[in-house]
Amino acid sequence: MSVMKLTASALAVAAATASGAYAQARGQIQVAGSSTVLPYSTIVAEAFGENFDFPTPVIQSGGSSAGLQQFCQGIGENTPDIANSSRLIRDSEIESCAANGVTDIMAVQIGYDGIVFASDVNGNEFAFTPADWYKALAAQVVVDGALVANPYNTWNEVNPDLPEQPILAFIPGTKHGTREVFAEKVILAGCEESGALEALTALSDEDTAEEQCGAIRTDGKSVDIDGDYTETLARIQSDKNGIGVFGLSFYENNTNVLRVATMSGVEPSTESIASGEYPVSRPLQFYVKKAHIGVIPGLKEFVEFFVSDDIAGPNGPLSAYGLVSDPELAATQAAVAAEETM
Amino acid sequence: MSDISSHRGSSSLLVADARTKRRNAAEARFRSYGVAAIAIALIALVTLLISIFGNGASAFRQTFVTVPITLPAETLDPSGNRDPAEMAKVTTIGYGNVLKAGVTAAVREAGVVPEGMADSDIAGILSQEAPAQLRAMVLENPELIGTTVETHVLAHGRIDGFFKGRVTMESAQRDSNVTPERLQLAQAMTEKGLMSSGFNWGFVTMPDASDQRPEAAGLGVAILGSLFMMFVVVLLSLPIGVAASVYLEEFAPKNRWTDVIEVNISNLAAVPSIVFGILGLAIFINFAHLPQSAPIVGGLVLTLMTLPRIIIPARAALRAVPPSIRDAALGVGASRMQTVFHHVLPLAAPGILTGMIIGLAQALGETAPLLLIGMVAFVRDYPGGLFDPASALPVQVYNWTQRSDPAFVERASGAIIVLLVFLICMNAIAIILRRRFERRW
Repeated sequence: MSVMKLTASALAVAAATASGAYAQARGQIQVAGSSTVLPYSTIVAEAFGENFDFPTPVIQSGGSSAGLQQFCQGIGENTPDIANSSRLIRDSEIESCAANGVTDIMAVQIGYDGIVFASDVNGNEFAFTPADWYKALAAQVVVDGALVANPYNTWNEVNPDLPEQPILAFIPGTKHGTREVFAEKVILAGCEESGALEALTALSDEDTAEEQCGAIRTDGKSVDIDGDYTETLARIQSDKNGIGVFGLSFYENNTNVLRVATMSGVEPSTESIASGEYPVSRPLQFYVKKAHIGVIPGLKEFVEFFVSDDIAGPNGPLSAYGLVSDPELAATQAAVAAEETM
Repeated sequence: MSDISSHRGSSSLLVADARTKRRNAAEARFRSYGVAAIAIALIALVTLLISIFGNGASAFRQTFVTVPITLPAETLDPSGNRDPAEMAKVTTIGYGNVLKAGVTAAVREAGVVPEGMADSDIAGILSQEAPAQLRAMVLENPELIGTTVETHVLAHGRIDGFFKGRVTMESAQRDSNVTPERLQLAQAMTEKGLMSSGFNWGFVTMPDASDQRPEAAGLGVAILGSLFMMFVVVLLSLPIGVAASVYLEEFAPKNRWTDVIEVNISNLAAVPSIVFGILGLAIFINFAHLPQSAPIVGGLVLTLMTLPRIIIPARAALRAVPPSIRDAALGVGASRMQTVFHHVLPLAAPGILTGMIIGLAQALGETAPLLLIGMVAFVRDYPGGLFDPASALPVQVYNWTQRSDPAFVERASGAIIVLLVFLICMNAIAIILRRRFERRW
């Protein structure tokens, strides 16, 4: 009968455990969201755990949209306190948040992230303009007033100043926030800059022209990478002709294997991005539930610590890792101290 | 004469005819296909192991800096009363400065600094984890303040990479995280005994670390998380799995309903594991409001996934007990329950346990369902119980492969080695159980 008794007691214990005996308050901060913001978040969380009496925050990654979706599920201990995002929150997301009772949201901008173009360290040097990228990657281009499928095969066909190297680009897949920035700041900007937008508008109407601007060729010369930057790097290492799109911080940690290209004559660096000279960058931010401040221990301290000069300032660890410090950091600090909501 | 060989013509038994040759050739071909298949499998296995061990073995060694550091009382304990609560106000930035000054002084004194190397450059050989290590040491033992102690801290990941062959003088030229002077300094310090490498216990005990300190990243939290989850899985799936299989095999009437249940169990065993993750998210987190990232939820999800994979071998083990045992027990007047618990179950136990352990090993290596319940997370505090956030071994591998610092490649492969060791141990236990206790009839 001992087996019976054992079985019965094990079942009882299991049932007691699983049937919601969980009532203790959550002690640590929960963060979810963008994988681009993740490394910065982990750096801050680590320093926070070391120097404060609060537990180290737990940081999940799964992308900006997934994070904001979890964030907007409601107020309460089993929803995240903070959502990291590599893009601004959308109106639809604010609405869905409000529908679930998440109304007072603090938006905190932590700095800027540059998007850089890099190739194998032993390969050719490149000096791009957005127009080059548009011409190289567009699905269709205007040649002599007619819309034709993209005829370019090598970079020097696109722009005679570029080396003779087959076009092969590894760009972020559509699920990445980075893709949105790439499409807007590089492809659309290039479309406008090269005069293609005008030519396309002349052929049809403005809306169609913008759509055609944004269409990327699908003949294998442009490859969408749905994984992360480590995958892009692996692809470049296996095909030396490839040029990949990376975050500045990833490049700065891999300068021994990657060679970065200039964009419109500017080399990407934290300085050139902060000054606005380097054109392809985007703000990184996180969103905080104000209702959780005072409930989750250490939440406000964490947010203040995150935007403090020691951490997010130009000499802080985030900047050393590749984040471009926000010149308006003092305003952000004041807004956090006052718990200003959107 | 009509002997058997006569109608085959004049061939001798010693010389094979065309038909026999064809049949022998077919058999030889078949055997060579088999050998080729095994060879391909072996090559794949060997390649996998070589690549994992080639990349990962170095994760078990780590470079440390051992230098005497003077701990000035005026900066580390401004109030002067050696009260750890007061001293905790000095952050790792303060300890970083102490460490910087101490290391610079120590290497200058040892005369190992390459000519022209600036003081500000020297501290770069230390891990960013080092101030935290020093701070923890001082807070634990406040008496150390004011004295000079021999400090043993981690070296920077790039310096460690230099001794492991990942970083070279040439690559350091282009690397923004290290300079060739630092590598020269590291080389000279090794010769003087100020820098050494040793077995990296931290890799299995320390928690995960951020991208800036790959040298400090360890598997401590992940191993604990995996153990907690396995505890939940054993606690739930062993009684439920055994009860279900005993009932189905020994007591249940054979009718349409039990057929439906049987088919469903077999089908559940083949359901992709991510589906259980979605189920877990919906039931345990959104409905039952259990916490995210907690081993309890991971354990429950893995239990659901493992149950059918335990029930099937358990039923097979029960079925393998010969009916004569049951007949004999019933014949001397035992009840059906006594028959099962006194005779059938003990005889089937080794088989059931083997199936259980193999099911557990599968659950241990599972990542997909954990993605959805928030276990793919950066967790640094050791979990104290089933409801605290934790990571898991396979999840840690997945996490580390996504990090930008090249040193994490080594860590990820090292974590795979640890995971493989766990799996091999579990499978070995299963084999031993089967060998020692299984009875054949």
